[in-house]
Amino acid sequence: MTNRARVSLLLAPSLIILCVLFFGGFLLGIMQSLNYMPMIGLDSPNFEAYKMMFTDEQFFQSLLLTLWISIVTTVLVIVLSIVSALALRNTFVGKRLVNFLYQFPITVPYVVITIGTLFLFSQSGSVARIAYNMGIISDQSMFPELVNDKFGLGIIFVYVWKQVPFIGVIVLSILQSMGNNFEELARSLGANKWQSFRHVLLPIIIPGILPASIITFAYTFGSYEVPFLLGRPYPAVLSILAYRLYDNVDLNARPEAMAMAVFMTAFLVVLVFLYKKLLNKASGRD
Amino acid sequence: MENVKQNNSRNALLFIIGLGIIIGVIVPIVPQLVWAVSHRWAFPDLLPEAMSGRAWKYIANPNSKVLSATLNSLVIAICVTVISILVGVPAGKALGMYKFKAKGAIELIILSPSIIPPLAVTMGMQVIFIRMGLSDTIFGVILVHLIPTIPYMTVSMAGVFANYDPAYEEQARSLGAGTVKTFFLITLPTIFPGIVTGAMFAFLISWGQYILTIIIGGGRVITLPLLLFSFASSGDFTLTSALSIIFLLPSIIILVITSKYLSGQSSGMGGFGNI
Repeated sequence: MTNRARVSLLLAPSLIILCVLFFGGFLLGIMQSLNYMPMIGLDSPNFEAYKMMFTDEQFFQSLLLTLWISIVTTVLVIVLSIVSALALRNTFVGKRLVNFLYQFPITVPYVVITIGTLFLFSQSGSVARIAYNMGIISDQSMFPELVNDKFGLGIIFVYVWKQVPFIGVIVLSILQSMGNNFEELARSLGANKWQSFRHVLLPIIIPGILPASIITFAYTFGSYEVPFLLGRPYPAVLSILAYRLYDNVDLNARPEAMAMAVFMTAFLVVLVFLYKKLLNKASGRD
Repeated sequence: MENVKQNNSRNALLFIIGLGIIIGVIVPIVPQLVWAVSHRWAFPDLLPEAMSGRAWKYIANPNSKVLSATLNSLVIAICVTVISILVGVPAGKALGMYKFKAKGAIELIILSPSIIPPLAVTMGMQVIFIRMGLSDTIFGVILVHLIPTIPYMTVSMAGVFANYDPAYEEQARSLGAGTVKTFFLITLPTIFPGIVTGAMFAFLISWGQYILTIIIGGGRVITLPLLLFSFASSGDFTLTSALSIIFLLPSIIILVITSKYLSGQSSGMGGFGNI
């Protein structure tokens, strides 16, 4: 068997399933967003759904909230994962336990930590109870809104909790594979701790975690479960708004739901494209 | 003197971060453990007024949907995992061990479900699933769960195969082993830890799905996450917590099994964001 035939055979099952389901579903979504799907009685293609979406104030508020949550989450995850990985590189008492617990969130389902966050940070949650018993607040309404809040704080907490170890494990493996040589060299040339971190470690870590960070950003941008339990009904994140339109008893709302799905997809595709370009540019300069 | 001071502040910092990790990870899980056995736990009590096994009795009751939902979740996740292994291992081998034309494009196709929200494409395909009689069926739900798991399995196996040395296979063959014997004696034992890790995470991705199951299962295929969401929205914290603990069990088992593979050396972490 030639290499070419072997590779095609190895890849075929995966590619066929993904192309039929994933790209098939995507194409059908585009068609429905254009009001064209004769099978279900949509037969006059138009751009109405997109017009409706782009004149809908709710859509822009949702977009803004979604972007806010995804960007804040990603920045916090990158910072915390680097800090924690740098700490875990050292040896200390109880490191095995800390290491084990550090990886724990990777396997915990989003639903479980979402419910945990609700019990911990709601106005009748554990933290509010402790604050009351310590005399910090005298009524549960005095406790700040940390879940189902305007800024999506509870949502951000869940994503950060889940994603820090995911990126952190990658940072750890980068640190392990590079050893101490670069840093020691920088230090011996007179760089202080901060300088050797900023100019030696960081330029190696950041490109290494960028692909995974893009994936977690995209996940945060498009996921439904966490904001469903910890968000407000209005404004809701894009995925919730899209599903609400999709689930509407009025089938006329479907095209707009699909338009929103197409918009989310296009947005993320453009983002990945820009990232690739940025990466190529950066590696071309070196 | 200077060094001692530096060491002390370094140790203090390590202590704070280490303690932060321990508290930050454990504390958000604790209230559920207490809620699951509590009878009444009103604000501002720090501990429940009375304990109760109500939730667990409900769960053990065969009329309660919980057992059948658990069974559904298990059947779906196991089927999804098996199919993901069957198609993901060969695809990972192709991507990890061979150079070929259009490799970049194929990697892009396989990775795209981890960038583009599966919610967005599943909404589009539901009409076809209804036509084909796949809507509201376990088989239909298994099919959509494959969208996030196949890319994950493929990418993590590509990482395993990239570190795989085909010279051992050649040696086995030159010593007279056939294709089947070579596979079972040489290839499989080498890639087995990678398959196990990948499979367990594929299982967890399917196990945790909510929105894809709702869209294609139409509320007829009841899995554990569906029950959990409906209890959480109804405000029955005791029952929600008990279910949540059951839901967490596979994660703990899997973490214990895979934690040694996770410690930084494993490649192909590309799909963990999807769990």
